[in-house]
Amino acid sequence: MLKYANPTLFSGLVAKVLPWLAGATALAFAIGLWGAFFTSPADYQQGDTVRIMYIHVPAAWLSMFCYATMTASALGTLVWRHPLADAAQKAAAPLGAGFTFICLVTGSLWGKPMWGTWWVWDARLTSVLVLFVIYLGLIALWQTIEEPSRAARAAAILTLVGVVNLPIIKFSVDWWNTLHQPASVFRLGGPTIAASMLWPLLVMGLAFTLLFTTLHLMSTRNEILRRRLRRLAMQAANGGEAARPAHRLTMQEGSR
Amino acid sequence: MSASPLAALFLREIRVARRIGGGGMMGVVFFLILVTITPFAIGPDLNLLSRIGPAILWIAALLSTLLGLDRLFQADHEDGSLDLMLACETPLELIVLVKCLAHWTVTGLPLVIAAPLFGLMLALEPEAFWAVAASLLVGTPALTLLGAIGAALTVTLRRGGLLTAILVLPLAIPLLIFGVSAAASATSVTTPFMTPFLILCALTLGALAAAPFAVAAALRHMSE
Repeated sequence: MLKYANPTLFSGLVAKVLPWLAGATALAFAIGLWGAFFTSPADYQQGDTVRIMYIHVPAAWLSMFCYATMTASALGTLVWRHPLADAAQKAAAPLGAGFTFICLVTGSLWGKPMWGTWWVWDARLTSVLVLFVIYLGLIALWQTIEEPSRAARAAAILTLVGVVNLPIIKFSVDWWNTLHQPASVFRLGGPTIAASMLWPLLVMGLAFTLLFTTLHLMSTRNEILRRRLRRLAMQAANGGEAARPAHRLTMQEGSR
Repeated sequence: MSASPLAALFLREIRVARRIGGGGMMGVVFFLILVTITPFAIGPDLNLLSRIGPAILWIAALLSTLLGLDRLFQADHEDGSLDLMLACETPLELIVLVKCLAHWTVTGLPLVIAAPLFGLMLALEPEAFWAVAASLLVGTPALTLLGAIGAALTVTLRRGGLLTAILVLPLAIPLLIFGVSAAASATSVTTPFMTPFLILCALTLGALAAAPFAVAAALRHMSE
């Protein structure tokens, strides 16, 4: 497992795994969306609006899962100084922001007919919004610091500091009894959601996780390639000195 | 020089803040301006002002604490004294703590002292004065410590001010929530003062214990 921490081996592994992952993602989405739209019943109170849940809930899971991935990579960056961890961390930030954005938008679309408002300053909504802002701050930090390894270490420290928000999001619906409903899938005593609605939700959760994994691997590989390009461009700018020290030596000898 | 290095550092920070000018007074003036422009924005309705007064004071304190912070480590980075601090025997975490303490004495403490006066302008109830001052007294050190994390992360950037605010403000939200609810509860009958106030104290103690390590790690990584 550890030998794949080498960026070149990692890229090779990604090239092999990626078609399978993409196929599995498409399959999971096909089954999940079919279940969400055709086999699962409409809610007796919410009508067809309940189907927004099949996008909203997996996006919310992924928005936190993505931060957890980023935290693990941040530890990799700070403890082992590993370039692959840097790349994984950088690749996860825009994905996390995307999933959080989907979660917020679908929640808002659902809230308008159900709660009668696009937005309330409810504990969970607010803490997810804070998560979104933290993602945007991390992306801003990545873009501002030019040198990749230094940017990675700065982002890693900020990620670890911002991780306090994750438990706040998870438990916000239990701590503050506000508008957003409490957890109904992963809870003590089993899910409170009907089985006909539960299985499409879980399949969609799997599909979103596979989508994230696929995109994250692709994006990490791109980041590795981008770093190589940057290094090559810098070597080219130095007149190839760093690239071919032996060559320079012979030229110097020749000029003597 | 019989004083310990940390005491010497504390005195140096205070002296630099006083001599370079601005320092604490600039923060208070900024605080005053923020408090002044709010009634222009929302209208001079005294009932409304006295209701949202604690929130205005807290937001003003948050912004004026952040504004002074971008130079906390940058000046030391530019003239090389940060390298000396990194190299010396005294743990960097303690140095960071002393620097934050000095910065708070110069910028945060004047805000706490000025807050009751500005509360008067916002038509706060008399019993809300001490609540706002107490919540700011407990909360502003944590704001300084959190801000120091952002300042350390952006220490090598030429223009880190706005980025520091973007990085730090989301983290300061819990402080704002409990600070404002402690300040506002002095005049309300439904919520007791001590509950949010004690949580605010806990957050500040947590920041006091954890933030110096984050700041020191950031400084070590950023100045390599």
